[in-house]
Amino acid sequence: MPDKITIRKGLDINLKGKAEKIFVKAEKAELFGIKPTDFHGLIPKLTVKPGDTVKAGSALFYDKNRPEIKFTSPVSGIVQTINRGERRRILEVIIKSDDAIEYIDFKTDQPADLSREKVTKKLLESGLWPSIIQRPYNVVANPEDHPKFIVISAFDTAPLAPDYDFMVRGMEKEFQAGIDALSKLTEGKIHVNVDSVYPPSSVFTKAQGIQINKFKGPHPVGNVGTQIHFIDPINKGDIVWTVAPQIVITIGRLFITGRYDASRIVALAGSEVMKPKYYKTIAGSCIRSITDGNVNESNVRYISGNILTGTRVTKNGFLGYYDSLITVIPEGNHFEFMGWLSPGFNKYSFSRSFCSWMFPRKEYRMDTNLKGGKRALMITGNFEKVFPMDIYPMQLLKAIVVEDIDLMEKLGIYEVIEEDFALCEFVDTSKTDIQEIVRKGLDLMIREMG
Amino acid sequence: MKGLRKILDNVKPNFEQGGKLEKFRSLFDAFETLLFVPDRVTRSGSHIRDAIDMKRTMIIVVLAMMPALLFGMWNVGYFHFSSIGEVASKTFWQLFGFGFFKVLPIIVVSYATGLTIEIIFAQIRKHDVPEGFFVTGMLIPLIMPVDIPLWMVAVATAFAVIIGVEVFGGAGMNILNPALTARAFLFFAYPSEMSGAEVWIAGLKNGAGLVDGFSGETVMGYAASGKLEAMAYSPMEMFLGTIPGSIGETSTLAILIGAFILIYTGIGSAKIILSVFTGGFLMGLILNLFAVNDYMSIPAWQHLIIGGFAFGAVFMATDPVSAAQTEKGKYIYGFLIGILAILIRVLNPAYPEGVMLAILLMNVFAPLIDHYVIEANIKRRMKRLETSKS
Repeated sequence: MPDKITIRKGLDINLKGKAEKIFVKAEKAELFGIKPTDFHGLIPKLTVKPGDTVKAGSALFYDKNRPEIKFTSPVSGIVQTINRGERRRILEVIIKSDDAIEYIDFKTDQPADLSREKVTKKLLESGLWPSIIQRPYNVVANPEDHPKFIVISAFDTAPLAPDYDFMVRGMEKEFQAGIDALSKLTEGKIHVNVDSVYPPSSVFTKAQGIQINKFKGPHPVGNVGTQIHFIDPINKGDIVWTVAPQIVITIGRLFITGRYDASRIVALAGSEVMKPKYYKTIAGSCIRSITDGNVNESNVRYISGNILTGTRVTKNGFLGYYDSLITVIPEGNHFEFMGWLSPGFNKYSFSRSFCSWMFPRKEYRMDTNLKGGKRALMITGNFEKVFPMDIYPMQLLKAIVVEDIDLMEKLGIYEVIEEDFALCEFVDTSKTDIQEIVRKGLDLMIREMG
Repeated sequence: MKGLRKILDNVKPNFEQGGKLEKFRSLFDAFETLLFVPDRVTRSGSHIRDAIDMKRTMIIVVLAMMPALLFGMWNVGYFHFSSIGEVASKTFWQLFGFGFFKVLPIIVVSYATGLTIEIIFAQIRKHDVPEGFFVTGMLIPLIMPVDIPLWMVAVATAFAVIIGVEVFGGAGMNILNPALTARAFLFFAYPSEMSGAEVWIAGLKNGAGLVDGFSGETVMGYAASGKLEAMAYSPMEMFLGTIPGSIGETSTLAILIGAFILIYTGIGSAKIILSVFTGGFLMGLILNLFAVNDYMSIPAWQHLIIGGFAFGAVFMATDPVSAAQTEKGKYIYGFLIGILAILIRVLNPAYPEGVMLAILLMNVFAPLIDHYVIEANIKRRMKRLETSKS
């Protein structure tokens, strides 16, 4: 493998409101929410009802198809409500937290000494198993699979993305324990991919039992899918698992302390945040505990995750299971007179069709307006400019739309998930919801291929 | 602008489903979205979107055509007054003004016909009005001879929009370039209005007051009839565009300005434009090698600045809908257009110009080119699978 993998296709969107590298301990939220909707294709079966008391690590629900996969509470407290949506689909299990967190004791262990079965069992019991994501399809990994390798992307290049090096500072021990545990789950390597532009954190570079790969280029170089494509692309039948670095640390902590300690560093960013910075909080927290008093609240959108792939939440919503970023941007629900004709000094575009091209370093305040009408999927050649993999994005999308499974397979559906198409969606002039199409394609593959 | 918005908001319910003016929904929508970028927001996924939309894309292409159009207008005046021997006594604005009033009706007819049909189809299909015709409506006048009867423009436009686009399912689904479809229709249906020495200059046909011996023959005409030595146009004139021809095609310089706009904004494919020119140049060289007549021996580079070659390369071949869609395919597609255009132009006596046919032909073959490019990608993937198994 070359010393460094450089990609050229892609796009860095320069937005206002990057989080400053300051740590703040967030006030502990009163309410916590666990959202089954964070996990694709999950049919949750509840094990609690409103009024039940739970500890941090108590199961709240499990996967109907794979009952061994449990989803647990990040804090101790009382199950307050279960929010349901259409057709009684469970949207949120809300916990009212105690003042001090009581943990279930999962026993401390040296992961290096454990067998694969024991590691798996511990992750399943504690509710940390779902943090391992399987590719293809972007679903929770199957405990019975033996992945070809496990990949950890140690940097994020999405707009306003938090700095992972900053977030994992001082967590050498936990990270190593997490890696030791994960290495029991695969016969292959554990790849940790770092940004070659800055010297990466010693948490990553000093870890034992991993392979470090250096990457360089514009977003989506930080996306784990892009990285896998250049390290060892996924073929039909391959299974690869991916884990986020902060979750590796949570896994490590589980083995070191015997607790499901869901503490997490989260960045609050976006143009509508008054002082964007980093917070120490807990997974599943009500985002108000972070945003209160620090956001211009008039007409804004809260997103758990990044601006390209995150989930829209209300201002009383909850931090997603996998997320370490909350973004707040203005809503764009207003008309703009002759907007398509304006010179557009303030309009960011991948094309140079607005005068904004004169200011390449400018930071933009972008709202959620679609900025145009929906049209038939139009070929502009732009997808190919922001999609670094050796895959034809437009042709793959069309194969998905016509549900041609054979063609989808041939064109590389196993190598992609929704987030890999986020930039295509951003630059698309026809304003199609492309990630939704990709998700449909992945769901179809799961149904048909099992 | 708030007042205007209020008026629109007030009348809008009439045009929505169940309203009394429901029949004009598409028309209203087209008008409204022209005035205001809608307030629709993203639902999920990418929460922010690029500021570019179809309207912006299309208006940039129209902008890129402006140098060719404005030059064409002036050129129409220039040749009209040259033909009656008055050019020396006219000012720049008189030349331009004459051309402006000759060309404007063609543009108006083209847009009026095309947009009416687009809006009717959008209404039937319950779609928004697509913007593709912004560009087509301007392309059609630019590739017409100036003396074309207006009713022919209307018929050709209607043919192009209905048979060229709508029967395939609307803008974005068509196989052939719509503007070239319009031109091809006229070329075969009314050849006398589309070729020969008399159609390219305003007023030449009725012949009143002509300077003795004035010929409206195009460079292509001279070349095809083997009378190149009688031609008085220098390569510089061909490049600047002071030669007779379709309204927008004559000035290679103006077209190159357009090409720069298209490439710089990222809207037109540089790959296609460059490979068309490369293909044309190479074919010119090949013909030079085997030259048995004057036409075959004209310098290869001169092929690129005469006739509709540059215009076709920049504005027609690059139409993203009818061109090859894969990046590698674009090179092949453009290259073959260049080769074929010059081949047809020089060797086929039935057609004085080959660009139109070359592009239409390659439009038809573009999906095949893409097919093979994608097959190669699939094969790479299959091979990878096999090596990983073994």
